[in-house]
Amino acid sequence: MPRTPPATQVRVVTLTIDGQALSAREDETIIEVCRENKIPIPSLCWMDGLSIVGACRLCVVEMAGSPRLSAACSTRVAEGMQITTNSERLQRYRRTLVEMLFAERNHVCSVCVSNGHCELQWLAQTCGVDHVRMPYRNHAYDVDSSHEMFRVDHNRCVLCTRCVRVCDEIEGAHTWDVMGRGSDCKVITDLARPWGDSDTCTSCGKCVQVCPTGALVKQGTSVGEMVKDQQFLPILARRRHIR
Amino acid sequence: MSGNRVTVATAWLDGCSGCHMSFLDMDERLVELADKIDIVYSPLVDSKTLPEQVDVGILEGSISNEEDLHKAQEFRRHCKLLVSLGDCAVNGNVPAMRNPFKLDAVFERSYRDNVDTQPQIPTEGVPSLFKTVRPIHGVVQVDVFVPGCPPHADTIYYILSELIGGRTPDPSQVTRFGA
Repeated sequence: MPRTPPATQVRVVTLTIDGQALSAREDETIIEVCRENKIPIPSLCWMDGLSIVGACRLCVVEMAGSPRLSAACSTRVAEGMQITTNSERLQRYRRTLVEMLFAERNHVCSVCVSNGHCELQWLAQTCGVDHVRMPYRNHAYDVDSSHEMFRVDHNRCVLCTRCVRVCDEIEGAHTWDVMGRGSDCKVITDLARPWGDSDTCTSCGKCVQVCPTGALVKQGTSVGEMVKDQQFLPILARRRHIR
Repeated sequence: MSGNRVTVATAWLDGCSGCHMSFLDMDERLVELADKIDIVYSPLVDSKTLPEQVDVGILEGSISNEEDLHKAQEFRRHCKLLVSLGDCAVNGNVPAMRNPFKLDAVFERSYRDNVDTQPQIPTEGVPSLFKTVRPIHGVVQVDVFVPGCPPHADTIYYILSELIGGRTPDPSQVTRFGA
């Protein structure tokens, strides 16, 4: 779903979210309205300033009259919508999703450079994940330290594709892509060559800053030292549209 | 020993003892706790056998070898309530980082590659290692999970106070993986 530039004339619709009557522009998505109104919905792949992929499903909400759940990031608001963001069923699904992310790869928070600054770690705490019920896969993934400034640790990757999108849509370099299927799926640089050999990477570091976990980090960081700064993204994205 | 006090047993499986250190780090609150609990079996006390019936069992560390499994099963049998204390117990943490490797490779690395004199793999008087390190709830049912590496002393105090008071603690309020 591409980002649409704000139109000059848009209608305003009214809807209720968790019983709260709200008004919103009709070109907004549910998650944008929730963020504006401080209604917490967990999300991982969605990021203000990037296109929408609706991949992580953490932001699913219930909509009155619809038997299936909708991703709040990829659903536009409509007149009269009645949305529930935090039912017991939704909590159960989100919990399971987060647990599966932990079981899939090797997230060892205590020794991770992003410990204390990680969105996945924070999500686990806010969703009440105090243990993982399914068995861990324990599959080994590569670490590529060939880039002089940055490092990619696929053990920590949740495949949110924020790096792929920010590199393509904001930096315009398109160094990152996704390769493989299922458990072999991973983000790659320049047709799966080592990051350090990349011809297209501008070393801007945007991918590192938007990465929610310790998958993309600066070289030389130790446990808990990798603090990310994502302020630049909405600013850059909005300037694009004003231009 | 007073009859009204809550009996507590703790054990240190495959971990670094940091969670027990954090327990001791409750400082003067230990004095207050001593009026309410009896530590009947633990690396912190001298008793050698687990009593038949214990109110709260606390396990630090993961299940990495035969002895860990045996102790976890003993605790489950004898304790009314079982607590997984710390990331190793809750999710395998650092001990489980060997899981992606074959056990032979782990032995080679630990007992031959990095050893200068008389490299040898210990076989006598040591429990055999499992191929896969598991969290406690991978082998027995666990009632309360307290993540953290280690969980802060305040966290342990909160959890114990809630359990002593007969309430169900919500660990996510006070701790997280890696905390």
